[in-house]
Amino acid sequence: MSVQSEMQFENAAAMGLSKEEWERVCAHLGRIPNLCELGIFSAMWSEHCSYKSSKKWLKTLPTDGAQVIQGPGENAGVVDIGDGTAVVFKIESHNHPSFIEPYQGAATGVGGILRDVFTMGARPVALLNALRFGQIDHEKTPHLVSGVTAGIGGYGNCIGIPTVGGEVEFDASYNGNILVNAMAVGIAHSDRIFYSAASGAGNPVIYVGAKTGRDGIHGATMASAEFSDETESKRPTVQVGDPFTGKLLMEACLELMAADAVVAIQDMGAAGLTSSSVEMAAKGGLGMEIDLDLVPVRESEMSAYEIMLSESQERMLMVIDPSQAEIARQIFNKWDLDFMPIGQVTDSDRLILLKEGEIACDIPLAPLVDDAPEYDRPHLKPELLHVIPAAEIRQNIQISDALKKLIGSEDLCSRRWIYEQYDSHVMADTIIGPGGDAALVRVHGTNKALALTVDCTPRYVEADPYTGGKQAVAEAYRNIICVGATPLAVTNNLNFGNPEKPEIMTQLVQSVTGMKDACTQLSTPVVSGNVSLYNETDGKAIKPCPVIGMVGVIEDWQTALGIAIPPETELFIVGQDENINTGWLSNTVYAKIIAGRIDAENQGAPPPVDLMSELQTGQLILDCYKNQLINAVHDISDGGMLVALCEMMLAGNIGAEITLPDNIDTHAWCFGENQSSYIIATSKADEFTKNAAQANIPYLRIGRSISQQELKISNGDIISLKELKQCYDTGLSNRL
Amino acid sequence: MRVAIIVFPGSNCDRDMMVAVEALTGRRPALIWHKQSYLDPVDLAIIPGGFSFGDYLRCGALAAHAPVMNALHDHAARGGAILGVCNGFQILLESGLLPGFLAQNKTLKFVCKQTNLSVEGNAICELTKSLDINERLHIPVAHNEGNYFADAETLDSLESNGQVVLRYAKDETGVSDNPNGSANDIAGICAANGRILGMMPHPERAMGAGHKSADGKKLLQSIFEAIIT
Repeated sequence: MSVQSEMQFENAAAMGLSKEEWERVCAHLGRIPNLCELGIFSAMWSEHCSYKSSKKWLKTLPTDGAQVIQGPGENAGVVDIGDGTAVVFKIESHNHPSFIEPYQGAATGVGGILRDVFTMGARPVALLNALRFGQIDHEKTPHLVSGVTAGIGGYGNCIGIPTVGGEVEFDASYNGNILVNAMAVGIAHSDRIFYSAASGAGNPVIYVGAKTGRDGIHGATMASAEFSDETESKRPTVQVGDPFTGKLLMEACLELMAADAVVAIQDMGAAGLTSSSVEMAAKGGLGMEIDLDLVPVRESEMSAYEIMLSESQERMLMVIDPSQAEIARQIFNKWDLDFMPIGQVTDSDRLILLKEGEIACDIPLAPLVDDAPEYDRPHLKPELLHVIPAAEIRQNIQISDALKKLIGSEDLCSRRWIYEQYDSHVMADTIIGPGGDAALVRVHGTNKALALTVDCTPRYVEADPYTGGKQAVAEAYRNIICVGATPLAVTNNLNFGNPEKPEIMTQLVQSVTGMKDACTQLSTPVVSGNVSLYNETDGKAIKPCPVIGMVGVIEDWQTALGIAIPPETELFIVGQDENINTGWLSNTVYAKIIAGRIDAENQGAPPPVDLMSELQTGQLILDCYKNQLINAVHDISDGGMLVALCEMMLAGNIGAEITLPDNIDTHAWCFGENQSSYIIATSKADEFTKNAAQANIPYLRIGRSISQQELKISNGDIISLKELKQCYDTGLSNRL
Repeated sequence: MRVAIIVFPGSNCDRDMMVAVEALTGRRPALIWHKQSYLDPVDLAIIPGGFSFGDYLRCGALAAHAPVMNALHDHAARGGAILGVCNGFQILLESGLLPGFLAQNKTLKFVCKQTNLSVEGNAICELTKSLDINERLHIPVAHNEGNYFADAETLDSLESNGQVVLRYAKDETGVSDNPNGSANDIAGICAANGRILGMMPHPERAMGAGHKSADGKKLLQSIFEAIIT
């Protein structure tokens, strides 16, 4: 060993390792590690790479199903959609970098998740994002929203993948720690999926893409620590994105894969060359030897530590078939990208790195991956909030005024200001873009289309993490059903605070359990995902935000449903039972915006989710869709029935009249967030009600579309469509 | 009908344009890589949208100097027909095949939306002469630099020569659907010989069949008709 080691526990602690983990590193090596080796251990054992706090619970999620080709553990999940085609998708967070440098943080989040998808051999066809910002009037929020939006657009628009959907929320708990989760979806031949396990000792290991610089060094470790006032001094640890090089890399890799030259491939994402080399070798049960002097670098005199821990973007590591090396070189030449053999696969079970002719690192691979720490962190029995009766929440305000206030609020208003900055049409296969329930993207050249959505309601999760976890899945399920698609599988992004605090661990355990139950019942296995912990600033955690990204498929996109109400249709609520009259106002947007119940303790329990009725109601909607009994459908979620109806009217640019039932709390009925229910518009009301009755699903006729451009409520309230549109359209642009 | 689509490494609407052209002509257009320095005789050359070389510098500035552009200049000099869409329009301006400049959108933001276009009655553009001038075209834009600008003299001569082909349309209250601040609401212009058309909106994204409009198909169809006759 040429590099003298002066490493001590303090060095390890600075890289985020505990005393016990430091001792394990020394035991595995049989000596004190050098800087490079310690860096590699700390990156691989960081929360970000090892999932050490969440693994125990992630293992409980359902991951199997007839449709699943590849579940969690690869770069992305793979699901069969028939006819020899597979959908490849994953969601990933880029929270900490996006707070420090919003444009680059968000842009590289998009770039990273795209690489995960095309690494599997899929051509990316769609992007989505789930964003959480602080209060809209917080001093940093406009800057962060502008930067993140521009960054997401900057990458997606340039590389030419449409951004078709997403969700945005504003809440004080994200003032010092925003959430930026990006999801990418691709299409591949189901028998041409590429994996990361290296094989064939002696095969060359090739470095491709951009050069390695000093950016993002030890980013995975930063992503595994809490924020403090000094965080912004960490700006140099944020990577810089280059979507043009990303595009070259994507095209070159897809061309190379088509040429049958790739044995194994892995994106250099978090922990860069470290995680890619370690994972490829370890998954293949082999070793790897790399000469770091051959790695293309942007700056001179980079140390072994810096090269191994850099998170420079747009880089890939691959093992290729040596007989195809010349073809591979030509393809990368065509795209003007670096293509550099930097080492080889070995049968040694060790990662050996050379620098200036000497060994800079020599560590056994198995402990890095298989013996990574796994913790059963303490958690508690959740303290659930009581249901707050509607009578306590309802305010003395006209229904029409409450509606205007709600649809003009930052929680519910149009997201147009954001999504018009994303190219949502490029590739020319977007059937339904942003603004609907689920986005719909045609499988190029076929009648099939993918339905895509991302969902989570953090205030529900905070109040009752088990129900909140279930609800995220259920709402995503409903959104997929709403376009007429069959839900297939999910990816999840678990955003929480510091898991070493039992109350945070409780949120994680409970919401994962809720997700498990919902995904099992609704037959939507989890095929990929990401965990982002330590989302805290100065000791204060974010509202827990376990995001679900769901993918569904529709056989014929020409028959897809939308939310726009057509003329001469009748309107029904489907899926709410007689208890509808009680309307669930506890923990709703109404409670927040109209009643000013902002703190968790004032919000009360969220609406319960009955998975059986979710499943049966969803099935009824799909059956009616197949029998052409429905002209438009929208799920009831944030803001309740009247907000959903209003969105359907605005989408169709059409008026409606509704009748309030007798003897009810009208506010609870209009704005309650009862789950598992939909509003439908139908021109075949009799046939529809017959089907619903047969299926034993509750329904209620609430009104009909009208030719006047207004919403008429039977209590005498009338609002013009123009006024509703004004509130809805300007909600964000007026405040940002 | 022989159509060539010029492909730069950062082009991202090349496939979309290829699909649109093939759907209308029944023949797959040739894809010409930017490093190629010659162009076989074609009836129409198209520069599609995208980010040619990343566009970190002025949009289209690097692309204007790619080897294939010499061949395109020769094609233009022979009176050959050229269509540039979005980044393609930017490249035509940077290479001097069309006059003017596309600055960053007035909002300083990327914009992706449907726009209403009017076809100019006095346009000398040979490629769009069969379009009905009373009809509004509904075609989407998606760009960050679509704010057409030229000095007063150039604008005047464009207007008086009939080189303004497409404008963002005004609604009944006289408000124009201009998404980017373009001078005179200009969405597309042609060369003085009427054979080179540059436009910001994407006709290949308005082909019916799942798109929000089929008016792009109408526009492309008019170009192919003009070339055949």
